[in-house]
Amino acid sequence: MLVNRKLILAHFWLAFAVFGIALTLGAWQMFIRSPIGTWLSNPELYYRSLTAHGTVMGYVFPTLVAMGFGYAISESALEQRLVGVRWAWAGFWLIVAGSIMAVIPIALGRASVLYTFYPPLIGNVFYYLGVVLVVVGSWIWVALMSINLRVWRKAHPGAPVPLAMFANVAGSYLWAWTAVGAALELLLQIIPVAAGLKTTIDAGLARVFFSWTLHAIVYFWLMPTYIAYYTIVPRAIGGRVYSDTMARISFILFLVVAMPIGMHHTFADPQVGAGFKFIHSAFTALVTLPTLLTVFTICASVEIAARLRGGRGLFGWIRALPWDNPMMLALAFSFVMLGFGGAGGLINMSYQLDASIHNTQWITGHFHLIFGGAIVIMYFAIAYDLWPHLTGRELIDLRLIRTQLWLWFVGMMITTFPWHWVGILGMPRRMAYFDFGDPGIAPQALSVTLSAIGGFILLASGILFLVILARGMRAPQTDAGPYRFALAVHQPATVPVALNTHALWVGLMIALTLTNYGYPILTLALNEGTSVPAVYVGAQ
Amino acid sequence: MTARDLFTFRNRHFTAAVGITAAILIVTAIGGFIVLPFAQPWVQFANVWDAICSAAGLPQRAATVAAPEQTRRLSEVVLTSSTLARPNQEAIGRGATLAQRCAICHGPTGISRADSPNLAGQYAAVIYKELHDFRSGARTNAVMSPFAVNLTDQEIADLSMYYAYLPRLPAYHPTPQLPKPNIVIYGAPMRGIAPCGSCHGSLDNKIGSPWLEGQSEAYMKAQLQAFASGERRNDISQQMRNIARAMTPQEIDQAAAYYASQPPDVVKAVD
Repeated sequence: MLVNRKLILAHFWLAFAVFGIALTLGAWQMFIRSPIGTWLSNPELYYRSLTAHGTVMGYVFPTLVAMGFGYAISESALEQRLVGVRWAWAGFWLIVAGSIMAVIPIALGRASVLYTFYPPLIGNVFYYLGVVLVVVGSWIWVALMSINLRVWRKAHPGAPVPLAMFANVAGSYLWAWTAVGAALELLLQIIPVAAGLKTTIDAGLARVFFSWTLHAIVYFWLMPTYIAYYTIVPRAIGGRVYSDTMARISFILFLVVAMPIGMHHTFADPQVGAGFKFIHSAFTALVTLPTLLTVFTICASVEIAARLRGGRGLFGWIRALPWDNPMMLALAFSFVMLGFGGAGGLINMSYQLDASIHNTQWITGHFHLIFGGAIVIMYFAIAYDLWPHLTGRELIDLRLIRTQLWLWFVGMMITTFPWHWVGILGMPRRMAYFDFGDPGIAPQALSVTLSAIGGFILLASGILFLVILARGMRAPQTDAGPYRFALAVHQPATVPVALNTHALWVGLMIALTLTNYGYPILTLALNEGTSVPAVYVGAQ
Repeated sequence: MTARDLFTFRNRHFTAAVGITAAILIVTAIGGFIVLPFAQPWVQFANVWDAICSAAGLPQRAATVAAPEQTRRLSEVVLTSSTLARPNQEAIGRGATLAQRCAICHGPTGISRADSPNLAGQYAAVIYKELHDFRSGARTNAVMSPFAVNLTDQEIADLSMYYAYLPRLPAYHPTPQLPKPNIVIYGAPMRGIAPCGSCHGSLDNKIGSPWLEGQSEAYMKAQLQAFASGERRNDISQQMRNIARAMTPQEIDQAAAYYASQPPDVVKAVD
């Protein structure tokens, strides 16, 4: 029962429009610092572009997808009209206003601080205020998801919450809490300096605050993808979810262990104690659990579909899968990229192994493979799956869709594999140009060139994606019927209260944040004399 | 079942979730705070508590290690972007009077004919820092040091604001404008040299870095050589010494010749 289609479409269109712009910037960046481009005479342009690319891809694009998808889930899984539509529009317009407010100083070169803010580097205050507005807009969505679930619970006391909505609300709570770190950094540390009220900043404390957000945000990006794995893919390929309970456990595990792990981003930071780094490293290892559970459950669900289609044998069933179905294709690509990206992530989280790839191109390669690859390809799949229900028009050209998914997969592999490789060789990240004429790095020229070619393949795929969606708006009308989610092999009649509510897990998430972040933040905040003079972008 | 039934140890899900989480936390904490610190044979701890404090990152002063003695004076100037950011007319007037004794080398209009630096329109923070350094002895020069040694803080600030106020005039050694050499615009990435232009103008300006357009070529070469040899060391983080040491003599020539050939009005583009 999708009633507020305009609202959902507005979120998706804005998300994909800014995605298109940021993708173009990304491809330009790959080109300009590769041996096939000439060196930029002004590296500031590179950092300007990089700031825009990161801010859009990290904050605006995934947040809008999660919000649009969240509203769609709320209406269709709960089968009730969205409560608080006006608020939802207010949230949307806050994000529009915030994005415009942030992009103007970036375009003027007054906020080339990259999306990680990099204190004591300080940009124009409107850049940060814009980011704050985006976050505030998304918090309205968090509140609405919680309220809609509450309304539904009142009408259905004791009934199991549909899996899609349970996971969606878990994702929204994760975002609400993880965004607090960056919000504290912005409000207490950066904005007072950017507004001219202070001239010094505690860069170490600011970095710890940011690490609070920086890792769990990845799992917020991941949530729509995982929801699609569990609740869309099995239905789309004619199967069933192997275990509803396993799915719920995966999502609550993300709530608990995604948060207290961010300090593996500060392994090289002297202001954080080694003991806390170890704890965060160990908890990061635990995040593999929900992912491994998911890989197992989804593979089992897919096998069910294959066997229902007549698949036989230990592995013979794989051939029986509907490979011409874009959802099947997207899932397979996503899993391959998740596998490689996850393996790379294990290296990043290891205290010792990280030292060899810290701040190298390996890191950029890693998160492009996981986020740009495994996660975003499922955003495409979600859009393809929802589009007919949102527009009332059919997406006819499946071949074009498959081509787009193939291009994205191949492009991402060609982009990120050489990227990892030059990282191992020691090439630093976030550099506007490299002197490939120097014998020291001349052998890396080939890898970087390959990466740049991959970037153009991704750009082609992204354009194709937008073309498919735009054509979908003008296709012949059709009745796509109500939007449904996958059913489990054993649909739960009752669910233990712990797996039907979020309170316990949100409680554990907050408790672990306090144990793992409380002491480092307190000591840094109370320690006098740890601030350094701010460095203003563009200031003499 | 309600929330009250959930948050009780009678609920096995609650007990298991809290128990497992607490157990993992305790095990990892013992590992990170006790086992691993002692596993490092090169670090000595007095007791377990000492190891825990160290692993927690408690700021400690290493009392046994004496601070290395400084044989030469370091610069003590702290600059922020608000240093002397608001010049006032009175200070500029006082500075103009004081500057009469500087004119013999730096020129009556702040443009030198003696291969001394041109000061007209230079950033106030730059002049402020150099005068402080000459006064404290962090930077020494047979001619400048005696002038600076008797200046008060107020006089230094006044002089800085006066010279910053003067219009940027063309220098006396006009040469055809040279193209930007690689060292200015790209630096030398493989030798860890940032582009000159990323701090000194042409690309960007950073606090405490002078703009160099139209400065004397001989002066700039001499300063780069002084940084390279370690004779001049009032760059607090050694940024100029590290750069100058890694530059080739040819790059030093190119950078000095390029900046000397630039008219001062291009500075405004990046101000």
